[in-house]
Amino acid sequence: MTFAQVAFYVLAAAALVSALGVVVVRNVVYSALLLILTLSLTGLVYLFLYADFLALVQILIYGGTVSVLLLFALMLTRPDQYHVRAHAHWPLGLAAAIVVFAVLAYQAVATDWLGGHTPVLERASPAAIGELLFGPWAVPFEIASMVLLVALLGALILARRSEGES
Amino acid sequence: MIPLEHFLLLSAALFAIGIYGLLARRNAVLVLISIELLLNAVAINLVAFATYLDPGRIAGVILAIFVITIAAAELGLGLAIVLRVYRLRSSVNVDEVDALRW
Repeated sequence: MTFAQVAFYVLAAAALVSALGVVVVRNVVYSALLLILTLSLTGLVYLFLYADFLALVQILIYGGTVSVLLLFALMLTRPDQYHVRAHAHWPLGLAAAIVVFAVLAYQAVATDWLGGHTPVLERASPAAIGELLFGPWAVPFEIASMVLLVALLGALILARRSEGES
Repeated sequence: MIPLEHFLLLSAALFAIGIYGLLARRNAVLVLISIELLLNAVAINLVAFATYLDPGRIAGVILAIFVITIAAAELGLGLAIVLRVYRLRSSVNVDEVDALRW
């Protein structure tokens, strides 16, 4: 095995363990911090797909902004001493997760994706991404910016205290 | 080179873990966190398919950027709604917010 392969499997295992931690630990703050770790690790996984710009974006957005957002939300909602119990029906959730994984994993392994030939992987350079985003993808890009603006305003209005509210 | 299937398996496992968190957690903030896991698993799938099956055209990376954008918007709005619910009910447990249930 080459160094890249070893690094990928170590990274993937670490991401899966911390993702399990996200859904299992009792302390909500640990859960949020583990989510940041998981998303940063999967950001590093993008490096193995030759998408270095995306890796950077992922770590920047999730490590930098989503973490702050989540920790603020947890602080403001004060769940009972920050410790939570699982739902009473958690075995059903586990069964659903196992079924979903079985179907997806079977399809992933059983399908002959590449048809025998090995692809030549190419790097997704930031320049190429920029040209695509502002060329053929310009309309979705503008719509996404509108979505962000509307979400921002909506969040502001929803979270604002209205008059007469303590 | 790492086989495409291993990326797909990683993403399937992350997706399953997210499904479990979505169904088993009672705290609404943790439900939103699980949704982030789901969206992230989907983004890995998109990038892996685009890189292996359609090299040169980087549509998967563009789609993943849109997924991250929408995830951020969804998380912001979701957390605002959770804050609102907490102010009304003094609780963020999803099974206690059942006014629309019959």
